[in-house]
Amino acid sequence: MRGNPDAHELIAPGNLDSVLELLAKEPSEWTPIAGGTEIMVAHAAGRLGAKKLVSLWGIDELRFIKEKEASITIGAGATFRDLRAHPGIGVKLPLLAMAASWIGCIANQSRATLGGNLVNGSPAADSSPALLVYDAEIELASVRGRRRIPYSAFHTGYKRNAMLPDELLFAVHLPLRFAEQRHYLRKVGTRRAMAISKVALAATAWLEDGLIREVRLGAASLAPFPMRLVETEVALLGRALNAESIQLACAALQKEAKPIDDIRSTGAYRKRVAINLLTEFLTALATEGQGR
Amino acid sequence: MLCLNPHAIEAGQTMNTSEKTRIVGAPVLRKEGVQKLLGQALYVDDISREGMIHGATVRSTIPRGLIRSIHYDERIDWDAFTVVTAADIPGKNHIQLIFADQPCLADGVVNHCDEAIVLLAHADKHKLREAMAAVRIEYEALPAVFTIEESERREQIVWGTDNLLKSFLLEKGDVDTVWANAAHVVEGEYRTGAQEHLYIENNGMIAEWSEAEGVTVWGSLQCPYYVHKSLLAVFDLPENKVRVIQTETGGAFGGKEDFPSTLAAHAALLAMKSGKPVKMVYDRMEDLAATTKRHPSRIRHRTALDKNGKLLAMDIDLATDGGAYSTLSSTVLSRATLHSPGPYVCPNVRIRSHAWATNTVPYGAFRGFGAPQGIFAIECHMDEIAVALNMDPVELRRGNFLHDGDTTATEQVMREPVILDQLLERALKESDFYAKREHYARENASSAVKRGMGLAAFYHGAGFTGSGERYLNSIAGLDVTPQGKVRVLVANTEFGQGTNTILSQIAAEAIGIGYEDVEMAPADTRVVPNSGPTVASRTSMVVGKLIERAGLQLVAWLREESGLEERYSASEFFAACARYGAAHGEVVSLCRYEAPPNIYWDDKTYRGEAYPAYAWSIHVAQVAVDTNTYSVQVEDFWAVQEVGRILNPILAGGQIEGGIAQAIGYALYEKVILQDGHMVNNQMTNYIMPTAEDVPPIHIFFEEIPFQHGGFGAKGIGELPHDGPAPAILNAIRDATGVGYHAIPLMPEDIFAHFIAHEINVETVSA
Repeated sequence: MRGNPDAHELIAPGNLDSVLELLAKEPSEWTPIAGGTEIMVAHAAGRLGAKKLVSLWGIDELRFIKEKEASITIGAGATFRDLRAHPGIGVKLPLLAMAASWIGCIANQSRATLGGNLVNGSPAADSSPALLVYDAEIELASVRGRRRIPYSAFHTGYKRNAMLPDELLFAVHLPLRFAEQRHYLRKVGTRRAMAISKVALAATAWLEDGLIREVRLGAASLAPFPMRLVETEVALLGRALNAESIQLACAALQKEAKPIDDIRSTGAYRKRVAINLLTEFLTALATEGQGR
Repeated sequence: MLCLNPHAIEAGQTMNTSEKTRIVGAPVLRKEGVQKLLGQALYVDDISREGMIHGATVRSTIPRGLIRSIHYDERIDWDAFTVVTAADIPGKNHIQLIFADQPCLADGVVNHCDEAIVLLAHADKHKLREAMAAVRIEYEALPAVFTIEESERREQIVWGTDNLLKSFLLEKGDVDTVWANAAHVVEGEYRTGAQEHLYIENNGMIAEWSEAEGVTVWGSLQCPYYVHKSLLAVFDLPENKVRVIQTETGGAFGGKEDFPSTLAAHAALLAMKSGKPVKMVYDRMEDLAATTKRHPSRIRHRTALDKNGKLLAMDIDLATDGGAYSTLSSTVLSRATLHSPGPYVCPNVRIRSHAWATNTVPYGAFRGFGAPQGIFAIECHMDEIAVALNMDPVELRRGNFLHDGDTTATEQVMREPVILDQLLERALKESDFYAKREHYARENASSAVKRGMGLAAFYHGAGFTGSGERYLNSIAGLDVTPQGKVRVLVANTEFGQGTNTILSQIAAEAIGIGYEDVEMAPADTRVVPNSGPTVASRTSMVVGKLIERAGLQLVAWLREESGLEERYSASEFFAACARYGAAHGEVVSLCRYEAPPNIYWDDKTYRGEAYPAYAWSIHVAQVAVDTNTYSVQVEDFWAVQEVGRILNPILAGGQIEGGIAQAIGYALYEKVILQDGHMVNNQMTNYIMPTAEDVPPIHIFFEEIPFQHGGFGAKGIGELPHDGPAPAILNAIRDATGVGYHAIPLMPEDIFAHFIAHEINVETVSA
């Protein structure tokens, strides 16, 4: 343990309003900590800069999963174990359930929260590609009220996001209109379990009369933050799925992906594997025919 | 627990290891297993001494340079800290190992990153971090050397007069007469990377010092007498003023063979200066950055064969990276040299081997000790030859295997049975090798995932190399406690591999009492004799034999002097011990090492009996290479081996499984990334070891041929399983993809780079 606990202040108000009041009173002073799976690792390594921590753990208002006819809303404090155990998510948002099962180990999944994963903002975040292709919306809370933004607009740069200093990530809303669409998610990590992804690609698509009517592609580790591959999607929309359109999509991805070299892999590898994964998805889609 | 009936055993029965045994060969439970399960086993960080304070190490931030000055920032109240530098060392500032070139604390010069310069201690360990950051060291940087090639060029001399830590020349026949007339000459270059041990428990030590008692250390370590010897030099104390006690040790794999000597000296220096007990326990980041790893290697083969694929000549050029100080590089190089020709007969062999100094943390002992490097090269090279000769790699090997009566590269005659043909047949049959190979060859054409089968054949020499065991001159034995237990007196340590259990089994078997009648004496240099280090797969064979002999000797004494009958029960045995103790004051039976007869070894020419015994093995790997992600999964694994008598089938199986899992990491996952000589992926989040998900089912088969000079017929087992997986896996990748990779760790990025360089069109492949 390289961090010194005496150098940090930790409070646990126990309810949402108190946390929001604290953030309003002293904006940017307090760092929320939920499961702590990221912050405690930084603390152990002696590189946790945040001096004041406000605990979100145990606040029931944040830990919920609500299923309605047309949407599922997940509280920011829901753990990945909660997500894995939820039958509605498993059936209607299978990519999210799959991503939740890939995060760390059971111990991590029991502490790590969906909100924490998004606010931490790692380019390699496991839940992000699935949320991107499911058109997730983020609900932010502050003493001033609530507001919603598309998840695709949430990340604004490396470890930066659209939240204001007094805001807290409250919930993630997922529309349930993808059940009939084709799903794809593949994570390429450093090993088969307990791995940080080197590249990950998620996709949902809807074909009609042999033409691509809808396609969403979400990627991790191809940019400073998890992102929709909009240019690549555009290259596919309205086209028939064939060798030519697959090639066009790959060419678009070749341009759009801007991965980096780092300790885990190389930019060239990441880009090529992303193209291979896209090809794998589109080829399977083409082979399996006209299914919606 | 198994029922171990101690009654009415006919003594003398155990003299012949081929006869049936009661306890040896049985899956008895670990001696210390219950304490470990219940959390009662005390590791060093569980232990506290009265008044104990905590130590920390300020380390070099540059790979090579002169220390110009050390500043202590005024914002710290230094009076509250104990501060130790090289100037505080009462004896010699070196860590005594084979040579004495490594300083205990850097004095005026640093030769690698993370070299210890200043030691600090304080009662509150959280205060140490801030103080460490407040020690500022000014350097005059010198150019550093990071690779074998840079060291060979000798543009910078970073060690001795020529950067050469050690070299060997081994010659059999005359290779140079062969090349011109050989039907085939095949060349290849093979490289292996560093590897971290990743024992679960990091290095840790507690030290106390007093004028009257001298130095006492408790720690996580393999070799109490290595630490003892090293402390004698640093503190300039007589032998009875240094005491080393091993605490429960959470894994070692060679990583606690030499490094604990340094850490013990550091903790003891702080204890002496502060007058208080001092604990130093590394965290994972410090342990990864600052302690030893496996030697990287570069091995070049040039091989001549006749038209039928018979080996005519092997010319091997072997180089290792030893790091900044000599530590164990000479003996690692020796074992690499002796294993590099593989288990084959060849009339002409030349091996030129060199260990080079670089400005990195010294490389050290690691399971296999040079053999995995040598075997990786020859076993990949055999598949390379098979391709060049258009031969089946299995038949190429079979046609060149060593057999009884053949001579090795050192002209050692194989006097013990060599059953490689039998092991190979079993491995082929159990893995269904040929059928699978054909099946995958057909399927691969239409699949993005390519599967393949690969094989490696190898031996591992048990015990110290050459004359090593004679120099060690180990002594070990038994005594009998007043409570009526036989105690095993050895300096050999338990660190998860089963030393306590097998030695207790041997003692119980030899004497004819129950497993529960035997206990281990603490690994405390004040209690146990120097039975040598716990390394080199020597414990079962060499120390086991000493314990067997000591048991038989004790029974013989009791018969002669204390009225022990021909047949006896455990209680009659202990009653006889009581009579013997009353007459002699104590019951102690010690034995000294005796070399097997007709052993001849010449250290100068590297000829003769390189090892008293060899363990033999065939590994078969089945892999899947995903051409979309360039990643390799080992899907199934078979290991067939002959390691002499199996003392405990559960522990033996565990050794094989663990070694293979660790070697899969060596082959495919574990990469030490150095930047300017500093390890930058020194966390388990980015130094990637395989998980249970990445390790395949491992099928283990033993053939048993008892070795009469080993404990109840045992040879060495612990290192053998680390030797074969890397080449078997790379050979399987070749079978799957047609590409022979020659370097490990083989990462997906490397396979990708090869695909790109050779313009293998992945889209076409996967379509």
